[in-house]
Amino acid sequence: MLAIEVFSLTKKFNEFKAIDNVSFSVKEGEIFGMLGPNGAGKTTTIRILSTILKPTEGKAFVWGYDVVKQPDRVRRSIGIVFQDQALDDRLTGLENLDFHARLYGMKKELRRKRIKEVLHLVDLWEKRNTLVKYYSGGMCRRLEIARGLMHYPKVLFLDEPTLGLDAQTRRKIWEHIKILNKREKIAILLTTHYMDEADALCDRVGIIDKGKILIIDKPEKLKSMVGKDLISIKVSSPEKMISLISNFEWVGSKKIYDNTVHLEVKEGEKRIPLLIELAQKNSLKVDFVSMRKPTLEDVFLHFTGKTIREEEGSLRERISARIRARRR
Amino acid sequence: MKAISFEAIYVLWLREVKAFVRARSRIIGNLVQPFFFMAILGIGFKSSMRFTPPGFERIDYLQFLVPGLVGMSILFSSMFAGLSILWDRQFGFLREIMVAPVSRLSLVLGRVAGGMTTTLLQALSILLVAHVFGFRIKGVAEFFFSLVLMILIGVGFVGMGVAFASKMEDMHGFQIVMNFIIMPIFFLSGALFPLEGLPSWLSFLMYLDPLTYGVDALRKVMLGISHFPVAVDLSILFSFCAVMLTLGSIFFSQCEV
Repeated sequence: MLAIEVFSLTKKFNEFKAIDNVSFSVKEGEIFGMLGPNGAGKTTTIRILSTILKPTEGKAFVWGYDVVKQPDRVRRSIGIVFQDQALDDRLTGLENLDFHARLYGMKKELRRKRIKEVLHLVDLWEKRNTLVKYYSGGMCRRLEIARGLMHYPKVLFLDEPTLGLDAQTRRKIWEHIKILNKREKIAILLTTHYMDEADALCDRVGIIDKGKILIIDKPEKLKSMVGKDLISIKVSSPEKMISLISNFEWVGSKKIYDNTVHLEVKEGEKRIPLLIELAQKNSLKVDFVSMRKPTLEDVFLHFTGKTIREEEGSLRERISARIRARRR
Repeated sequence: MKAISFEAIYVLWLREVKAFVRARSRIIGNLVQPFFFMAILGIGFKSSMRFTPPGFERIDYLQFLVPGLVGMSILFSSMFAGLSILWDRQFGFLREIMVAPVSRLSLVLGRVAGGMTTTLLQALSILLVAHVFGFRIKGVAEFFFSLVLMILIGVGFVGMGVAFASKMEDMHGFQIVMNFIIMPIFFLSGALFPLEGLPSWLSFLMYLDPLTYGVDALRKVMLGISHFPVAVDLSILFSFCAVMLTLGSIFFSQCEV
């Protein structure tokens, strides 16, 4: 059985297509990542799948239930951690979970047992009676993840689970996500614009940009699609460098980005001396050469023709970052 | 989805009450404000002016003022309770509530129940302050009748707050509602002065104000004087309540987060 199935989903806000003909599926127990810049349509997709937004066209099923026709069934099957914090900071951690459990109609015994379970899972049991306003950013996130798990959902949505957290806290959250995926055998749909996050967590990744999914595959497969090693060489005239190497069959894709020539090549180690020699023969000054194995960042560049950072710093993120900052 | 989930209503109520009890500064503020009204405005007017509108000869201004202050307190706290949806939206908590498998009607009723409770606690605290100033309600029956009136007024204004909050996108709307809705409703309600002998434009505006009938009924029950027959007050309050609850529920169920 598939945890999530999405068929040609489209959502228009006036004339703007936030998501455009998106299709994908998530298997039972799988961690599926939607990787893309802010404004790519990730959150819109999650809002439709969680029934708080109606799609303009297309169909979507969560745990077999239609998100438009059976919203109640869908809501009972999913847990969500929103991009922006959604806790009541006037209540304690335990009270936030209790509120959630009652809203989902859980009986007293089950409620108690489950609260203890999920709080232990995210290491917050000791802090259960502290008001949420005294929690750190990482603790809030962990509490929200715990809350998302409270009612034994089949599918968990994590919308940018580590946005705005420091590197150490992010690692810790990743650990928790991996553990809960194993222990609870739950399917997870997570969105992120962090390459390392998608790489570290996801079984499969869909690259999304401007409302469209460009490709879906395992991170290793995606990286091997870019395939070759990546050589960056900064020379005085990148255009001339490209014309010099255009005849070599070992050169894959060539791009000039940031005044630097980026090449995909096989057996990169052996090609570096050759490239330098070629440049010097043609009196081009070489500033630096670097080589590395492909990452998801390169996959993104490969499919969209730009780096993900260029798309960052949208208004929305700045606003929500400010709200977060004020809340802490 | 069940139309009404009592568990959901209960837990939303519990959340409001817990948050209210924990906000000590707010509780103290709620006692201090009516105290100043009574101690300064009430005693000031009582001492410096002769308060003799027809039918009101046997009471002083301070007595006259207390039901008005109760009405004011209900107006403010119940509108705020309804408008608190804006805070929930701003801080993201509204989404947590909206994705729960609970009908929107239950969510509105839960908020009304919570808002009503905190409103009632504040109104009662005003009566407590008024007691210090020598204000007395005649009997137990009158006291309980006033409670019913307070609930009616409160439910109507929580509904109104929910309706406004559902139509507003962010917190900026709050100031607008505060200045253009809540303040005029308060000033036009007859909380501070009687309806007798006013210029016709002013009494016309006051007749349009739902709180006028609430304050009028409270005065009848607490002091035995009123401008309208109580039956008129009650039927207008009931209709106001019904309309606002309906509007609040409809608008809230339409709102996206």
